[in-house]
Amino acid sequence: MKNHAALSEAFISNEPRTDWHNETLWFVRQKRDKSAHSLPEWEKLREWASQIKNHSLSNLDFYLNQFEEQAVANGVKVHWAANAEEHNQIVLGIIRENKLSRIVKSKSMLTEECHLNHFLQDQGVEVVDTDLGERIVQFRKEPPSHIVLPAIHLKKSDVSETFHEHLQTEKGNNDPQYLTAAARVHLRNKFVESEVAITGVNFAVAESGAVVVCTNEGNADMGVHAAGIHIACMGIEKIIPKTKHLAVFLRLLARSATGQPITTYSSHFMKPRPGQQMHFVIVDNGRSKQLGLPDFRNSLKCIRCAACFNTCPVFRRSGGYSYHTAVAGPIGSILNPGFDIKAYSDLPFASTLCGSCSNVCPVKINIHEQLWKWRQEIAKQGHVSFIKKVSMQGMAFVLARPGIYRFSGKAGRWVMRNLPFLVNNKLNPWYKQREMPAPPKQSFRDWYLQNQQEKN
Amino acid sequence: MSNSKAQILKAVAASKPALVALPEIDLNEVISYDDLVQQFRTVLESIGGSVVMLENISQLDEEIAAEKSAGNFVINLLDANAGEQAIPSTPAELSKLSKLYMNGGVPVAENGSIWVDDQLMKVRLLPFICEQLVIVVKKENIVATMHHAYARLGKIDTGFGVFIAGPSKTADIEQSLVIGAHGAKGLCVYIV
Repeated sequence: MKNHAALSEAFISNEPRTDWHNETLWFVRQKRDKSAHSLPEWEKLREWASQIKNHSLSNLDFYLNQFEEQAVANGVKVHWAANAEEHNQIVLGIIRENKLSRIVKSKSMLTEECHLNHFLQDQGVEVVDTDLGERIVQFRKEPPSHIVLPAIHLKKSDVSETFHEHLQTEKGNNDPQYLTAAARVHLRNKFVESEVAITGVNFAVAESGAVVVCTNEGNADMGVHAAGIHIACMGIEKIIPKTKHLAVFLRLLARSATGQPITTYSSHFMKPRPGQQMHFVIVDNGRSKQLGLPDFRNSLKCIRCAACFNTCPVFRRSGGYSYHTAVAGPIGSILNPGFDIKAYSDLPFASTLCGSCSNVCPVKINIHEQLWKWRQEIAKQGHVSFIKKVSMQGMAFVLARPGIYRFSGKAGRWVMRNLPFLVNNKLNPWYKQREMPAPPKQSFRDWYLQNQQEKN
Repeated sequence: MSNSKAQILKAVAASKPALVALPEIDLNEVISYDDLVQQFRTVLESIGGSVVMLENISQLDEEIAAEKSAGNFVINLLDANAGEQAIPSTPAELSKLSKLYMNGGVPVAENGSIWVDDQLMKVRLLPFICEQLVIVVKKENIVATMHHAYARLGKIDTGFGVFIAGPSKTADIEQSLVIGAHGAKGLCVYIV
């Protein structure tokens, strides 16, 4: 499989588009800042959220039991899945048992992680994604490129072409209003006919057995309340102890994600309506293992707001697909190595370690520290490429020897000045999509020494 | 199946860190607003809702009557004593609903949202499938923040409830905000 650097190469080959992606996500980050700064207690909220999540994880088996008990008492059928395969089989089982075929699904990163759509498709079951962004990428047979903004890698002209092909919209009409209206009509038919509605879960409340789902479009509710069966899929880490804790998380989630004060709909599902079946599928899929890693367990506090994506200088310029996983960005780069260190050994290196991700995280995950720790773990376990290993050893050798270091600097500057073709060529990865900087006349050390002498 | 449950719980119990305490959430540290009505109104308008101050709820009767006589499919849930009105049961029929009038529970000043639940909406699909949603709230029920809202709601003893903040919206096409995604295209809140 191609690694992050190779996949980024494809993304950044289109410069105007890369710039647009970068600037658009930065704009979302700025909206987040504005929203966060409107609350004097913002830092306090982050601290509360962090502590509530720490507490929940430290008592997770108890809360999972309590949640199941309450949900069952509410008339919900609760299922447990150790891994993605079991999760997919459970969902298929519910669909088959009831002999249903019209299925709508709102956004759920867990079902992306489990590749539910592909699995069901292979079994001859079609699922219609109902979030507008997800429907767009589904038509294009692409995965979402961002957990909150699934189609952020596309321009409106791309969407227009896709809709022209699938929804017979006017060719060349790129008006978002027009395109959204067409999707509304198309998906209303799907909602009205739907028999099964699959949703994700933002928060699961142990004391009440409720699950909370947040959307702006209303697609989760349209599906769930129209269909006869609701299946809500959740990772074990979605649990919070009490209803009142929702206040903390709902205040943080949308402000961190898009800068909105709250999502349009924050829906609390407790009991099925008369005649409806409600199923909750609780999934582990590597999470309990991550919980056992002291350095990495608090990655499970994540509430999937994507603030770390939008602020990350690497994500903004490399795009979601470069992470080759359902949850990309900085948080994906610390979650995925825990699930499969070999397959995702490139991700912790897709970072400048600038720390911006940790600063915006609403639940205070130390993302950049974990990235650095994963690098060490990956090196220890021997998953670093030979070239990286050798060049790092070479660098360590040079940096430990001031004389050689000074000589190499001088040699490098001389080469860049006199034999530029030696560095400005395809063999040098730093030259890709980049101009090499002009070599300085002297090193900082030389300048400093000279400057001191002149002063004296 | 139950095997996976035991397996997961066992793994979690073995992996979890030592117990840490829950934080105390002190409402004195949370923002307060001098004018809750104004704050609620400002935020709701900024997220695409419209707000009308109403002296008396009976002022709406005329509007509703006019809507109905114009042949629009309108459902009015405002008057709990008005007797059972026939609400169509299939999503296909409800998809023609042009306007829903309903009472709101707790409005929240910090984010312009309003809590509505099973008791208030009767049929869960209604506030989502209608083209236009009208919610009537009482001035004195407005609370400052979500913390206050959950405190007011107490033990939520209903099958389904939702905070609704403005009309449905999306920005999934090139980050252009479009009002009216899958839920209501418009939200008008009357404050009595």
